[in-house]
Amino acid sequence: MADSFNFELVSPERLLLSAQVTEVVIPATEGEMTVMANHAPTMTTIKPGVVTVKTADGKSERFAVFGGFADILPTGCTLLAESAVHVDELDRTVLENRIDEARAELEGAIDEKKTRIEQFIAELTRLGEIVIPA
Amino acid sequence: MPSLKDLKNRIASVKATQKITKAMKMVAAAKLRRAQEAAEAARPYSQRMAAVLANIAQAVGADDSVPQLMTGTGRDNTHLLIVCTAERGLCGGFNSQIARFARDHVRKLLAQGKTVKIICVGKKGFDILRREFASLIIDRVDLREVKKIGFENADRVGHKVIELFEKGEFDVCTLFYSEFKSVISQIPTAQQLIPASAGAVAAEADSASAIYEYEPDAAAILTDLIPRNISVQIFRALLENVAGEMGAKMSAMDNATRNAGDMINKLTLNYNRQRQAQITKELIEIISGAEAL
Repeated sequence: MADSFNFELVSPERLLLSAQVTEVVIPATEGEMTVMANHAPTMTTIKPGVVTVKTADGKSERFAVFGGFADILPTGCTLLAESAVHVDELDRTVLENRIDEARAELEGAIDEKKTRIEQFIAELTRLGEIVIPA
Repeated sequence: MPSLKDLKNRIASVKATQKITKAMKMVAAAKLRRAQEAAEAARPYSQRMAAVLANIAQAVGADDSVPQLMTGTGRDNTHLLIVCTAERGLCGGFNSQIARFARDHVRKLLAQGKTVKIICVGKKGFDILRREFASLIIDRVDLREVKKIGFENADRVGHKVIELFEKGEFDVCTLFYSEFKSVISQIPTAQQLIPASAGAVAAEADSASAIYEYEPDAAAILTDLIPRNISVQIFRALLENVAGEMGAKMSAMDNATRNAGDMINKLTLNYNRQRQAQITKELIEIISGAEAL
């Protein structure tokens, strides 16, 4: 049995989860990473994707997050998500709205910003494919 | 001297008003509880955010790669004030308190020869500030349609502010809102958003425990983090404001209900006295009429 550590998932509106967990998979900007107990202190931004949490009692939960960042310490991990929902509660229309919003923003954007938004849309689309089977 | 019928009508109308204020008070109380819960639920995020920000700021130090949002433009000629008030009145001095506080600040800045720009969040503040500083108000955000303030609302304001900053429209940005202390006390507060006030960051920096690894790197995270922090601060201000508004409304409506009660008592006493006087008068008329026979 792996050691457990304290994991918190917070969005600006509320604290979604605060529990003892054994492992968390985070969609970091530079690739997915799995955090376990006694991880080296790391701070990373995250991209839209799915966070998979394995709690100490063996259950596994999945949350969809839309960007944010993670603060990892040997003793615990805090994930500050810009917006997060439990995968079961994620609605296809919500996701589509977000994509549309990003598209609208794309119109006036240039250069670096354009690339960033395009990347964001691609990530959102991928998230939709993972979470909601067509 | 109003007639008996007039008095009766007055009493009826004050009673109707009292019913309304009583209902408004109860609605405000229910909303206050919800607003307080929302404000409390948002607290962990902003606390963590502040701690993380302090950590990174320390790691990056006085590097040149620190984004301007953090360090400022190095000038303070143009000030942007974001004034957050409520959308509705009938909440005592809540709105005018914030507006007065902001107005004093604007006057001070103008006296120093600075340029001032104002963004109004909420209708009431706009109405008050428009009288004096109509030409300074560059934008207003309307939240009347919003039932429950979500992070998106704050984020939109935040984006607007950052966009203006990138265009070089202002140097210093200050947020005005009302801090919720308790139901009966809300304190108008000014908070500097851009450049992120060094004092606040330094105060949090005591947890300089671990040496972090940064992915991608500290400066990149900071660039990503600061705009988000601005949105979070605005969001917190809006939530505090809602809680404060409801608190102020509750106590204002409580006062109104009590005043209406006092007024009803006074009017009823007056009414009874007049009724008695009339009865006495009629009796005297009958008796003196009988005596005359």
